[in-house]
Amino acid sequence: MSSGHELPRWLDLGVLPLFNLALALLVCGIVVLVIGLDPGQVLSLLAKGAFGSRMGISYTLYYATTFVFTGLAVAVAFHGGLFNIGGEGQAMLGGIGTALVALALADHWPAWLVLPLMTLAAAAFGLAWAAVPAALQAWRGSHVVITTIMFNFIASALLSWLLINVLKEPGNMTVESRSFGPGAHVPAVHEVLGALGIEWPRSPLNLSVLLAAASAALVYLLVWRTRPGYMLRAVGFAPEAARYAGIGPRAQVMFSMMLSGAFAGLVGINEVAGVHGRLLLDYVVGAGFAGIAVSLIGRNHPVGIVLASLLFGALYQGGAELAFEIPGFSRDMVFTLQGLIVLFSGAMAQVAAPTLARAWFAIERRLAPRPAHG
Amino acid sequence: MDDVAVGTLIASTLRVSTPLILCALAACLSERSGVIDLGLEGKMLLTAFAAGAAAAVIGSLPLAMALAVVVGVALSMLHGYACVSHRGDQVVMGMAITMTAAGLTVVLGIAWFHQGGQTPALPDAVRLAPWFTASADFLRDAPTGLRALATGLLGHNGMVYVALLLVPAVWWLLARTRFGLRLRAAGENPAMVDAAGVSVQALRYGALALNGVLCALAGCYLVLAQNPSFIPHMTAGRGYMALAAMIFGKWQPLGALLACLLFGFLDAAAIRLQGAPLPLIGAVPVQAIQALPYVLTVVLLAGFIGRARAPKALGVPYAKTH
Repeated sequence: MSSGHELPRWLDLGVLPLFNLALALLVCGIVVLVIGLDPGQVLSLLAKGAFGSRMGISYTLYYATTFVFTGLAVAVAFHGGLFNIGGEGQAMLGGIGTALVALALADHWPAWLVLPLMTLAAAAFGLAWAAVPAALQAWRGSHVVITTIMFNFIASALLSWLLINVLKEPGNMTVESRSFGPGAHVPAVHEVLGALGIEWPRSPLNLSVLLAAASAALVYLLVWRTRPGYMLRAVGFAPEAARYAGIGPRAQVMFSMMLSGAFAGLVGINEVAGVHGRLLLDYVVGAGFAGIAVSLIGRNHPVGIVLASLLFGALYQGGAELAFEIPGFSRDMVFTLQGLIVLFSGAMAQVAAPTLARAWFAIERRLAPRPAHG
Repeated sequence: MDDVAVGTLIASTLRVSTPLILCALAACLSERSGVIDLGLEGKMLLTAFAAGAAAAVIGSLPLAMALAVVVGVALSMLHGYACVSHRGDQVVMGMAITMTAAGLTVVLGIAWFHQGGQTPALPDAVRLAPWFTASADFLRDAPTGLRALATGLLGHNGMVYVALLLVPAVWWLLARTRFGLRLRAAGENPAMVDAAGVSVQALRYGALALNGVLCALAGCYLVLAQNPSFIPHMTAGRGYMALAAMIFGKWQPLGALLACLLFGFLDAAAIRLQGAPLPLIGAVPVQAIQALPYVLTVVLLAGFIGRARAPKALGVPYAKTH
């Protein structure tokens, strides 16, 4: 008979996330109706805004790049058994690291030297910002969830102080640093394609998208195909058994959080270096939290994260277009949907599982051939 | 610093601390029963929006507050449904509530009031009125120390005094009533509570219901007393600061009150201290003072200011084993 209440793997990984996404979209659709708009029209305009033009696709990919970084950050920590909510702060520190290297070197050194250094700095600063809560968890038992939330706020204060007191151009009213020199210029995709002879509209999409793709591949290989990744997953899945097997939990906590922070820090390359070319106050705005949603609905797997990042990139870009087209619409609808996705894919992820399992086994029973008698 | 300045500093501290105190008490009740509550920010926002919208549309203060309480309790019940009844992750649920509330309040605000997410400014008749104003005026000619205290403590709106009174009330509930004892037991050793025949779920839902009411009071305070109306994202991280204050107060109502007053004082004094050189340290940047509550909480959690012991069963969903 039916083998207990376990969902088959393809249902668990494929159908359940889509089901939870559908629930979130349904509730969001109700909100859309409540505010007097037509959900079908909103959805079609959103899809058109995100994918209907080359500019739209470029923006979608540019947003997706940031979400891949923060999503991978959450996923890597999750596999180590920790919940890293500090993506916002780590991304801020990554941007600071990028900016400091850029401001120091980019005026005189060439791009092929400065850009890798900036990337390393972004990862290193994000890693360092995650290392402190990790150390406090590993050695002092402080709950990493609370400390990373606190560190988000501390990072925000630090960024604010740095910009206002140290890096702001004297005489300039806006709170930003001076523009980076030519060595810090991350080639934009439209520039690269233009050099190849392909006409492409101007957009913030830059070569960090390749870095994001490489990061996703790297995370897959590292977590599922190497020994350190195995140790990471062991500690996340069964800490006591891992300790019995000789895997030190403290080292793994540090490893997972630092790796997580490094990926979150790479947001700095995309936003600070790739798009703005100088350090500002608000280049992160919500990317860390979007990363949580992306990782949850992507089931903490790089493939799912890439797909979910594209989805969220499309939502952000489509939402921006919609805000232009429909007067009553604002981008906060996308943030609401993001919260609903975290709700249904994260907190209530398993609420639907038993119902789905029962439905599946009922279908299976009906489809199974009758046993022969006699 | 003359006594008027001292008095206004005390007054600012109390005014800033009030939503923190209410949310910290809410978090205290929830976490002592074993449920992590990261949704304070979202609950405060959504209840503030409900109060502001209802007050603007209906024009009645009691109805606006009642609606806010309904919304607050509903959100807490949702939290309970996902986390207590279905063992969902409590941290994720709290984040979900906060993220959804942050977006939903702006979406509804823009759609219903067309003022960029703000609700219309409320007339005084619908706002919380100040208390003890007569006494404040009377004591204006009092000697110096008394005048400072009078300026600082009198003339606030009702919610400030309610919040201060709720601190001993919640303490008494937790420490001196049977319900409170069972609630604390549910947060430390739910299996024992279950073995004694008391429903752990019911206790946790009860704690969450009170949590919802207190968050709603905080939301009401923001819109009906502190600000003229609801402004998008008006909580500005105060929910997390209240959580930090509760942890800093070691999960005790009185400790949470002192921590909230400290954080409120830092917030109120931050502007005043900006640029002014302190002895031994020199000029302190305002961002350092803004970050100080969070730094202090981290230092406490790291065990450098005494031990902060969380309820033992905090964050662990309880499942009856048959």
